[in-house]
Formats: sequence, structure tokens, C-alpha cells
Amino acid sequence: MKKYLGKKIFIYLITFFFAVTIDWAIPRFMPGDPIQILLSRFQGMEGGREIIEAQITASFGLDRPLLEQYFNFWGSLFKGDLGISIYTFPKPVMEVINEAIIFDILLLVPSILLSWIVGNKLGAFSGVNKKADKYTMPFFYFLTSSPYFWFAVVVVFFFGVQLPWFPINSAYSSTMRPGFNLAFILDFLHHWFLPFLTLFLVQLGGWAIGMRNMIIYEMGSNYSKYMESLGASEKLIRKYAFRNGVLPQVTGLAIRLGNIIAGALTTQIVFSYPGLGYILLKAILNQDYFLVQGTFLFIVIFVLLANFLVDIIYMFIDPRVRFSYSGEV
Amino acid sequence: MAKSEFWKKHENLYFAVTNGKVIFGLIIFMSILALAIFGPMVAKYDYDEFAGPGYMPPSKDFWFGTTLMGKDVFTRVVYGLRSTFVVGFVGGTIATFVGLIIGFLAGYYSGKLTDEVLMMITNIFLVIPTLALLIILSAYLPYRGILSQSVIIGLTAWTWTARAVRSQTMSLKNQEFVNLSRISAAPVTKIIAEDIAANMFSYVFMVYIIQFTGTILAAVSLEFLGLGPTQGISLGLVMQNAVNWNAIQLGLWWWAILPGLLLTILIVSLYFINTGLDEVFNPRLREM
Amino acid sequence: MPENVLEIKDLKAYYKILKGDVKALDGVTFNVRRGEILGIAGESGCGKSTLASALILRKKPLQYISGEAKLLGTDIMKLSEKQFKKMRLKNISIIPQYALDAFSPTKKIRIFISDLVREHGIRPNRKFFKKVEERLDMINLDPSALDRYSIELSGGMKQRMIMIISTILDPDFIIADEITSALDVSSQRFVANMLVKLRDEGITGSAIFITHDLSILYQIAERIMIMYAGHFAEIGPTDEIVSNPRHPYTKALIGSLPQVGIQYKENRLSGIKGTPPHLLNIGEGCRFRFRCPYKTSKCEETPQREQITDNHFVSCWNWKENFSDSRPSGGEKDGE
Repeated sequence: MKKYLGKKIFIYLITFFFAVTIDWAIPRFMPGDPIQILLSRFQGMEGGREIIEAQITASFGLDRPLLEQYFNFWGSLFKGDLGISIYTFPKPVMEVINEAIIFDILLLVPSILLSWIVGNKLGAFSGVNKKADKYTMPFFYFLTSSPYFWFAVVVVFFFGVQLPWFPINSAYSSTMRPGFNLAFILDFLHHWFLPFLTLFLVQLGGWAIGMRNMIIYEMGSNYSKYMESLGASEKLIRKYAFRNGVLPQVTGLAIRLGNIIAGALTTQIVFSYPGLGYILLKAILNQDYFLVQGTFLFIVIFVLLANFLVDIIYMFIDPRVRFSYSGEV
Repeated sequence: MAKSEFWKKHENLYFAVTNGKVIFGLIIFMSILALAIFGPMVAKYDYDEFAGPGYMPPSKDFWFGTTLMGKDVFTRVVYGLRSTFVVGFVGGTIATFVGLIIGFLAGYYSGKLTDEVLMMITNIFLVIPTLALLIILSAYLPYRGILSQSVIIGLTAWTWTARAVRSQTMSLKNQEFVNLSRISAAPVTKIIAEDIAANMFSYVFMVYIIQFTGTILAAVSLEFLGLGPTQGISLGLVMQNAVNWNAIQLGLWWWAILPGLLLTILIVSLYFINTGLDEVFNPRLREM
Repeated sequence: MPENVLEIKDLKAYYKILKGDVKALDGVTFNVRRGEILGIAGESGCGKSTLASALILRKKPLQYISGEAKLLGTDIMKLSEKQFKKMRLKNISIIPQYALDAFSPTKKIRIFISDLVREHGIRPNRKFFKKVEERLDMINLDPSALDRYSIELSGGMKQRMIMIISTILDPDFIIADEITSALDVSSQRFVANMLVKLRDEGITGSAIFITHDLSILYQIAERIMIMYAGHFAEIGPTDEIVSNPRHPYTKALIGSLPQVGIQYKENRLSGIKGTPPHLLNIGEGCRFRFRCPYKTSKCEETPQREQITDNHFVSCWNWKENFSDSRPSGGEKDGE
């Protein structure tokens, strides 16, 4: 068990290291000179050019040897200094990200959890019900094949425009001020629903298909055969099959987290929902390299942490991990 | 031996071409491919041309309607489809190829250092959110073309293939006929070519389809974010334009929805093909 | 007259596939007496495992075609799934070939047993588990095994656990399907003896012991039935089968067994030349005729089951001519 966790932590640390290195390396080694472009943009800005130049010198350390630049980068990382955002000048990148993250969490966590739970149930149902299966599978295929942002557009069209039940922009009305009062919460939920629905439905397709296949596989396994030979009801066998089929679905969750978050990013753009995805797009369009870099890092950290969480959960639900000596399942 | 192998392949081929799912998916896929190949030849306009009045719904003259500015959506879509297919084929090939090599080596030398190192690399790439990586790579490229897009997507998408190929290799490695070759002191390449590769062909084909769809989706997402090819047109770009110009709010649903619908249908068709092929190559599933 | 627990009459079950019918069990007749262990032997593909499946669990593409299988007087082939389900584990049970793989990896053994017996209306309370523990003790398993997951058990432990679980409700009839095939010799002995013990203690009623290993049957079976390519070949008391076989196939089987104390120099092990026929859409006639040294033209017709003595039956046209009073030679001499 310890070996399993240890191995995973090791991989995550290396991945983080690798991500930070890429984050640091790319702007420096890409052909062309983004720094100069940056500088040239601030020609006309009052005092802006000096600050930016100072920023760049500090974080890019252009006059310093590469290795020192690299360590400085790590240093500022740990200090929480990710530079100053250009597009929301003079806000520090860290602050921009902090404001956005809460919206991401509120969107991602419920959609992932609910779609996983409901998707698995629907998939199991489809797996044992051949008649229903013929109709549900194409539907699930459709859901999982849809690009998130396109599906968002469809959702907007039907529930935001044709039937104007929901707003299609932002996380809350411009007239509202964020706070823990009922009015704001309701307004937020009203705005939150369509992006949530998009993420929920597209993911659901994938989980349903996965579980449906797992159930079919498990129902054909030797333990299922044995139980049936000894007179167990189909209901009991299904219960056992489901319990076993859930395991690869948990692993699948870990693997697909990156993909889901990517989907969330593009979905946010459609709704102008102020999460990291939306921020990232604005950063790219405005060539705000500091913000792009910072957002990238945060997305990676987010995915790594979520992955780690899933790995821990998996450890508790699969007894083979506890007793297997190789640490590999 | 050769003859019975031929019959075996023949039998699978027979099942492949008569499988309902495969046929259904193949028809749709071919139709869309035809659209990509011949569409631009048939289109009346150029994709950047201001072909007519803006804000026109689908009609005889403008099969997919026009954009806000008056560009023909159909033309833009079929040209964009071309780029989509190119990225899919090229990126998919790269991803499959890289994944095959890594997965195979890791599986063949499983348990040894080669395997451990390769798996470590694979796990790193598996965990890093691919799109984020692609974003950061693309954002700093001074010039982005279809080819460079295909390459970077292909080079980040292989992880799933590597893992799948590795486990398949490991299971095949232990089967009797491979051991027989080993005992007969046949060279490694011969073992690979004849025993393992022959059995993996069907598997690899299905893996390729999955990589193809993955590549397309990644490409479209990048384009939507504004990180697609700097020149030319792509499906994601069409949709980005639509969303940026508030197409839905303004009622130009055809501009925002039709391109994506075509893409989704394309991917669904590939799903059908893959599921059908799965039934063909795994007879147990045929009974279902 | 001893009562028959199982009466099989001309039982047929085929695997129906696209290309046609694989006639894996094609008209087998035999009985199993109360308290008896009947050994069923034959090479791979002879239909013995199909017989097991036909009796306990027919899964597509295996289908019942015709014939009777009366368990305690009831023809189980004619029962509905619902009715037969009640008989499983209670009246008829199986120790399967895949015992090592028969547990769900995510359930503790105790939970599995509880769930299973609850399906049959038994309450898995303390009293019940006391009985379970007694059985475990009998088979040299520590009761702590109950609170483990299957991954924690060794292969041998799993095999024994399966034996206990399959017989926990004292079935009248048990099918032991190749339960020793994957084991080493001393474990084989243990398991085979355990089956006998279960029968002796009255825990199980009768049993059929399916195997390809005649030497084990010699130790524990009262009668042996030989099958070949889906057909019945011969059935009789163990001694007679081994010392005085009447069917050419049985004779060859016995003859191919290594004998202790005899070296290769003295006697060659004779195999049986050739392989069993493919059973897909196979036609009429004795299925051994392609390899049989005593084949005649009559063998193109499917042989009838004929009685030799009260207890000894054979299915061969030429048994009288070939083996009326022969003693087997053990191994074929050089030059065969």
C-alpha cells in the first residue's frame, strides 16, 4: 500500500517539476522573441514600460545565466509571485488566478461527481438491459463525442435563447455584488446551471459507456458464472459486477481529469464564465504571457492534486492494492 | 499454416464488412470525408469571400447560411474539414506510431529498466493536462501551421496507446506461440514481425481510430481558443468566430451549431466503427 | 436395488454457432447411484465439461437439444430457470474448473457466503457460521480465512474454500469438474480424498468426478464412465474398466498409462495415434472409428449402448469379438 502511494507521489512530483520546467523554458527557447513583443507593446504606456521591464528582468532575468534564471523562477514560485498580469495591469497574476479558481471549483466538483455517479448508474442499467441498450448507446456516443464548447453552444441555444430560462453570460449579474446572501446565491446558481449542465451531460456519456462495457465484461466473468451456478439471483450478481466494474471507472476518472478540465476551460469561454479557462483565453488573446504561464501552472497543480485524491480513494476500494506486493494494479 | 491464416483473416474480414455498426459508421465517415475532399471544389465561393448579405439562414444559395459579415458558412466548414482530417490523419499517425513503439518496448521488456523508465515517462505525460500543455506550446510558436499543430498534438497524445499496447504486448508475450519462437532461437525482429504483430494488427487499427478522434478534438479545442493554425480556416476557428460575435444571441444558430454538429457526427461514426470492429475481433462480444 | 440420484437418458446438448452445431454432447446415457462417486474420464473435447455445463448452467451458445436428466426424479432439463435456480447449491452443486478464479476480488469470503446462502433462504447467523467453521476445520483451513479477500489466499486455499462453499448446503449431488487438474500431486491426493470424505460424512450425496486423469479415478471412484468426442464409450466398475476394458478407446487409454516400476526400455508408452474429430456438424457413426485399430464397416453406424453385465455397459459394435476374455497387455510391445 505504501509502495503504491509512494510511487504515485513520486510521479506527481516529477510531473510538477517537468511542468514548471516547461513553463519556464518555453518562452525562452521558442523562436522569435515574445519578450520584445511585450516590451514594444508598452511603448506608449505611462510608466508601464518601466514596470514591465523590471518585471521581466526580475522573473526572466534576461541578463543572468540561464541556470540562475531557472532557480530564480522556482524561488518566486514558492513566494507565490507569478508576475504581473499585463491584460489586467497592474494586478498580480496570483490575484487574478485566486479570484478565478473558486468559480472553477464550483463548476468542476459538482459536475464531475454527479456525472460520474449518474453516468455509472445509467451505464450499468444499459449493460444489463439489452433492449434499452440499443437506444441509449447512440445517445451516450453522441454526448461523449461532442466537443464541450460546442455542446455548450447547443445548450445555450435551447435553454438560453429559444427558451430563455437561463442567462448565458458570466457567473452572476452585473447588478449583484458577491456575498453570502440568498439573493446572490440564487443569482449565481441561475448563471451556473447551463455551464454545469454542459459539463455534466458530456461527461455522463463517457462514464455510461465505460460502465456499460464493464458490466458486460464482469457479468461474463468466472465469479459471475460461479455465483449463477450456485443459484444466485441476477440481482446479486449484478451487485457484485457493479462493485468490480466501478474500480476501473475510478481509475478512468484519474486519467480523464486532464481532459475534463480542458473541456471546462473551453466551456467557460462560451459562457464568459470567469474561471481559469476564460482567464486563459483572454490572456492568450492579449498576449499576456505571465498570465498564460501562471494559469498553466495552476491548471497542472489542480489536475495533479485531483489525481492524487482519486488515487487515495482507489486505494481504499480495491483490496488488491493493499495486498499486492508490486504496487501496481 | 499460411493458408489457414489467410482464411482466418478472411473470416474476420467477412465479419467486418457485414457488421451493421461498421457499415453504418463507415458510410457516415466516408460521406464526411467526401465532403472534405470534394466540398471545396463544389462550393460556389471562397472561404474568406464576402459572398453575400450577412445574417442569412441556410438556403438554396447558402447551404449553411452566412456569417454575420456575409461569409458562406458551408464553404468555411468544408475547407475547415480538410484541415481537420489532415490533423487527424497526421497527428493520429504520429501518436499511434510513438505509442506503439513505446508501448511495445515497454511491454516486451516488461519488468526491466526499459519498462520502468518508459512507463515513468508515460505516466508523466498521462497526468499532465494535455490541452494545457498544448496551449503553452502553441502560444509561443511564432507561426502555427496545420503540420506543426498535428505534430505537437501527436507528440502529446500517445500515452493511452502506449499503455494499451504495453498490456497487449505483455499478454501476447506470454502466449505459447511466442515462446515457441523463442525456443527456436528466432531473432527478436522475426518474433515481433510474425507472431506479435500479426495478432496486434486489428488492435492497432482500433487504437488508431481512437487516436484519430482524440487528435481532432484536441485540434478543434485549440482552434477554438485561438491557438489554431495562424492562416487558413479550421472548424474550431469558425466556431470561435461565431461565439465571439455572439452568434447564438443574435440568432445565427447555423453559424455556431452546424460546424460542431458535423464534427460530432464524424466522431460518433468513428465510435460506431470501433465498437463494430471490437465485436468482429472479439467474438465473445458478438454474442451480446 | 440402489436408488439412482441422477438418471441421464440420451442427453444431447450442442453449441449452436453461426457455422452450425458443435455436437459436444451427443446422446449420453448413464445413472449415478445414491452415495456413489462416478468418475467421468476422456481426453479434451470429449464432452465431459459440456456435460457439467449442461447439468448446472447452460450459457449461450450451449443449448439443450433433447434427452432426459432426472435429478431425484425431476427432469431438470424441463424445468424453468426459476424452478431450477432453487435446486442449485441445495440439491445439485458444482466445484468448477476455474476455482482459482471463482471469487469476486472485492468481497470478503464471509460476505460472499452470507450473500449466497441468503439467496436460498438460509440465515447466515452465528449458528450457520459455526457449521462453516467446522467444515473449514475438516479441510485444514483456518477460520480466519473467512474474513479475508480472495487475493490473500493461496491457490490451494482457494481450491479448498470453493469445495466448502459449493457443498455448504449439503447437496444431494455434486459435480467435481477437473478439480485436481491444476494442482501438484500431493494436493491432488488431498483434494481427491476430501471429496471422498465429504461423501463418507454424508455432507454430499453422490458425485461425478470429471477428469482426464484415470489414475485418480482408480483411487476414489466406484465406477468409471469413459466418454469420447461427445459420445458415451463405456461405463463400469472401476476394477473392471481398468483390468478388463471392452471399448477400444478405453483399452488404448488404459494402455497408455505409465505403470510404476516399468522402464522405457522394457515397455514403450503407447499413445493413441491421431486426434479426436471436429464436432462441428459431425455426422453419424462411431466417432472413434478414425483412430480405431478394430474398425469395421459396421462402425459407420452410431453404435448402440449394450449391456455386458449388470454394471458394465459399452457402446461398440465389436466389443464381443475384440475383448471377450482378454486381459490388457499394459503397454504395446515394440513394433506396434
